[in-house]
Amino acid sequence: MDNNIIEVKNLVKKFNGFIAVDNISFFVKKAEICAFLGPNGAGKTTTIKILTTLLKPTTGVIKVNGYNVISQSDNVRKSFGIVFQDQSLDDELTAFENMEFHGVLYHLPKKEAREKIEMLLKYVDLWERRNDLVKHFSGGMKRRLEIARGLLHNPKVLFLDEPTLGLDPQTRNLIWDYLKKLNLKEKITIFFTTHYIEEAEKIAGRVFIIDHGKIISQGRPEELKKTTKSASLEETFLKLTGRSIREEKVNGIDRMRLRRKFRH
Amino acid sequence: MEVIYILWLRQLKKYFRSRSRMIGSLAQPLLFLISLGFGFGPVFQRAGNGNYLEFLAPGIISMSVLFTALFSGIEIIWDRQFGFLKETLVAPISRLEIMIGRTLGGATVATIQGIIVFFISLLVGFRPVNWYSLPIALFFIFLIALLFTALGTAIASMLEDMQGFQLIMNFLVMPLFFLSGALFPINNLPKLLLIITKIDPLSYGVDALRATLINQSYYPVSLDFSILLILVVFLFIIGSYLFSKIEI
Repeated sequence: MDNNIIEVKNLVKKFNGFIAVDNISFFVKKAEICAFLGPNGAGKTTTIKILTTLLKPTTGVIKVNGYNVISQSDNVRKSFGIVFQDQSLDDELTAFENMEFHGVLYHLPKKEAREKIEMLLKYVDLWERRNDLVKHFSGGMKRRLEIARGLLHNPKVLFLDEPTLGLDPQTRNLIWDYLKKLNLKEKITIFFTTHYIEEAEKIAGRVFIIDHGKIISQGRPEELKKTTKSASLEETFLKLTGRSIREEKVNGIDRMRLRRKFRH
Repeated sequence: MEVIYILWLRQLKKYFRSRSRMIGSLAQPLLFLISLGFGFGPVFQRAGNGNYLEFLAPGIISMSVLFTALFSGIEIIWDRQFGFLKETLVAPISRLEIMIGRTLGGATVATIQGIIVFFISLLVGFRPVNWYSLPIALFFIFLIALLFTALGTAIASMLEDMQGFQLIMNFLVMPLFFLSGALFPINNLPKLLLIITKIDPLSYGVDALRATLINQSYYPVSLDFSILLILVVFLFIIGSYLFSKIEI
């Protein structure tokens, strides 16, 4: 179907026998805002990594903007922008340099890139700070810069993996305002994951609830609330996924991340 | 091409912006030159081997190139964690381009470091036998830098975190340096040590630098050059392969 910007059929991802994503299928229509909700370790980030060509699926057919993520990965890469769960800016470069770097990686003509960078940095209110090193930015400013960067190459889809994690309510609202406006004006498809269920309830047209690598429920937030007789989407979420706390396997990189957090 | 250039430029910008790192990494070569150069000088002279500082300087230049190059390769681990590597991995460019850009960038930084140490050794009293062979020396410095940046990249592509880092320091960088003939002449070594120095790739770099700077060498320069070149190509291929296998 031409109207689907993301199509996932029977996606399975195994890591050394451990099944992280267990045969899921879903689609996202053009210009939709969709949220992926699930407890820790449910397979959200793995799915996003597969959609963005960072990981290869074990089996399954995945298409983004009509292109296959394995056989047409460069076309897929041009089609999406991404804001990662943890920041991916170069701290020792300035905001402008980070943007410029991105423009070159995506082969944008220099003049076009400069104009677009100015436009986007103004849009996220960072133009005045363009020549400051990113290491002097606050968490919220970094996020805004990452969003601006993700939009620089005119993507059709914007993936955001927990974009508002660790931000104050003011910044969170600001960020969602940007994204909603963008979705309305530019018809960009937005696909995000979050642990703040109320954000998904407010912003997403459709949500997928994923647990143990499977999509256990999907639909518009109101529908899901109605079928589970819940007052809020968070209640729905807890009813569907249970109240037990999930343990995630911690690898070396997470340990390092933790240490870095403590140091700051 | 532009992609490789911007990746290269990024490494240089970062290098010139972190002055503390730059200055910090110069303290060690200076210390070595002064303490060893002047400390062992009289003994070396008495043994009939000539001026030790002259002999030592190419070794210390190689050392600083080795350290800087290996570490810039290993910066991949850093970038992998503090996020930036992902930005390059989701871009519509090939892993080979990323690898080339990073390696050239790291090697250039290490070369600059080597040039600075060369000037420091001039300050301490080192004089190359002829100035017109300096371009050749520069070429060898760059070759050593390329070799160890590629090696660092290969190692970093296999490591997930900095835990293994200390291990590499103790079991790779230090032996590479101390067993290379950077500090002592290779002739008349005990058999076992001689064999070890022959396995150590840095030996050929040090030897080539000595050949060009002070006109003394153990191997023919053509042999040094061939071995360095083969290793650069080999490690670059291995590094590219391992780098292409990185999953985040």
